Amino acid sequence: MSAAREQILAGIRQSLGRPALEGEGLDEIKARLANHSCHIIPERVNLDAQGLRELFISKARGVSATVAEIRAMSDIPEAVATYLASENLPARVVQAPSLGGIDWSVTPMMEARTGAAEKTDETSLTTADSGIAETGTLLLSSGSDTPTTLNFVPPTHIVVLRRGHVVASYEDAWDQLRAASVESGQPRVANFITGPSRTGDIEQKIEIGVHGPLRLHILLVGEE
Amino acid sequence: MMAHASTSHTFPDNARAALDDQVLQRALGNLKQGFPVKRAEVVADLPEFEALRDVAKDIKNHTLDHLDAYLEIYEANVVKSGGHVHWARNAEEACEIVMAICRDAGAKTVTKGKSMVAEEIGLNAYLDDRGIDRVETDLGEYIIQLRDEPPSHIIVPAVHVTKEQIGETFRAAHDGLDPERGLSESRDITDEARGQLREKYFAAEVGITGANFLIAESGSSVIVTNEGNGDLTQTLAKVHIVVASLEKLIPTMEDALAVLRLLARSSTGQEFSVYTTVSNGPRRADDLDGPEAYHVVLVDNGRTAMLGTENQDMLRCIRCAACMNHCPVYGAVGGHAYGWVYPGPMGAVLTPSLIGVENSGHLPHASTFCGRCEQVCPMKIPLTKMMRHYRERSYQNGHGGVIGGIALSLWSYFASRPRLYAPISRVVIWGLSILGMGRGAISWLPFATAWTRHRDFPAPQGGTFMAAYRRGDRK
Repeated sequence: MSAAREQILAGIRQSLGRPALEGEGLDEIKARLANHSCHIIPERVNLDAQGLRELFISKARGVSATVAEIRAMSDIPEAVATYLASENLPARVVQAPSLGGIDWSVTPMMEARTGAAEKTDETSLTTADSGIAETGTLLLSSGSDTPTTLNFVPPTHIVVLRRGHVVASYEDAWDQLRAASVESGQPRVANFITGPSRTGDIEQKIEIGVHGPLRLHILLVGEE
Repeated sequence: MMAHASTSHTFPDNARAALDDQVLQRALGNLKQGFPVKRAEVVADLPEFEALRDVAKDIKNHTLDHLDAYLEIYEANVVKSGGHVHWARNAEEACEIVMAICRDAGAKTVTKGKSMVAEEIGLNAYLDDRGIDRVETDLGEYIIQLRDEPPSHIIVPAVHVTKEQIGETFRAAHDGLDPERGLSESRDITDEARGQLREKYFAAEVGITGANFLIAESGSSVIVTNEGNGDLTQTLAKVHIVVASLEKLIPTMEDALAVLRLLARSSTGQEFSVYTTVSNGPRRADDLDGPEAYHVVLVDNGRTAMLGTENQDMLRCIRCAACMNHCPVYGAVGGHAYGWVYPGPMGAVLTPSLIGVENSGHLPHASTFCGRCEQVCPMKIPLTKMMRHYRERSYQNGHGGVIGGIALSLWSYFASRPRLYAPISRVVIWGLSILGMGRGAISWLPFATAWTRHRDFPAPQGGTFMAAYRRGDRK
């Protein structure tokens, strides 16, 4: 252990006027950590599933994301092709391995590659763990079939979100992430994403699309 | 040894020059109409905001009271996820640690996200002096790096620069582009920066970010950004270094989320920032991307000494900048006048806490004591009380007489230049004019009429300090 570490910890204890915590004191800290108790969850998310989806969509649109609703995963190729055409973008995507099952043969004009993002990729297609109604935020986590670069490198980011994965709060989304990673441990990266990238660095004028994506398009998938 | 030369001791001169700077005054005008208005809107949209402030204050107080235990737990969890933790007592140690990691990584190009603690420890100059090609990736930081200036605001570092100036800077700095290209709009500038930085993200051996939170339960670091530069910096480089000061610790993700509900609202007036990223260690065996190594440099640099003292409250600060966004003094003179890394009310308290009141004696006086900073502070830091404490300390150090003299000469300077009585500077000139003019609050009363006549920002809820004072409910 480094001298700096020991000196800093000793300095903290000296300033706080007590020795290192042990016994009950330390148990209390550990219990607090294990508890994961939530604080205040805003009233605005006290809604039924339909209400949460509506709130999610309106909040996401409010931060310059676009949202399209489709019925099934098999509708993804056409929805992607339609969106790219409407934005005058090339009919090419790099998709997360998590979407490996998509059959692109229904849209023969579309090219799809699977993997992490490369410098020249124009559009990525990924999956979100959840959508958070409170602020129209997506939660995406990294893993072998969900590389993080897809969320940031290409200028256009299309995200597939299942209707049933729209939750009320960040805490709800995090509970699910924790539950899903009991064995594997917390993912290397978890990205809360609320709209496309933006800056106000030039005279406070908001410009959408800086280093991250210029466009964030959400495909909300599922039956009524 | 501080890496940055502080000019805080010449605040009155800095302020005078700032008030005389027409370009700066125009740039600062944007700030006033921007963040405070948006903040008010989103706060009104969250009825729980006030209650969350109390929650956040309690969380941070609890963390600080048990900081040693949480640091040890945090460290163990970082190691468990494959990362490394380094402890730095001061600025120099922190810079040495970062440089050693860069050297081991064979780094030529280092990308860097915005980090106030990196500014505080003088990391930029340290890396530059040792031949590292350092590239700031936050747009504002990139602009001021090209202009060779320090940041003047903790979240919009180039707030003092106008669009025209940025256009000129880009034209001078970026080779190989059409010299006739349009750079008059912020869109043009943004696109050009995007193009320039893209190559750098992929070329960098090391990516440095700060952290908004370090989470004890999981050993995670959290960054909160809007541009996506921080994520590209930390994802594409081979090595990710997080530089963070000790007080960024927070026990759980739930605790961080409570504070996050306050952060963006208080800062930019967004409900949530575009990117909130929770990182844990290096790339996993089956990951397709991500850094191969993950290091955290924990920086003390004066924090442990603030614990257990009247300065401890300042360690709750989450660097949202609400205090400076609402400060009439900051709004009139900008951040550079404060002379060191942290401007505005939070800087007026943190700077003397970190570099000593003898090096920053004027800063606690750079206030009209209107109390707006404290009212908007999401962490309920008693900024005015703390400034008053430092004001007294600076008198004890013999600054009172000097300041009194400066105040009088400032007053006569402004009084003889009616042009400076522009609406934006009125309140401030009044504020500066009372510098050191008596230690008792009673001496403020003669200015009460000037105060109300010239006030040009929203009155604090529940009435002004002066009104409360007149009612007799002085605490």
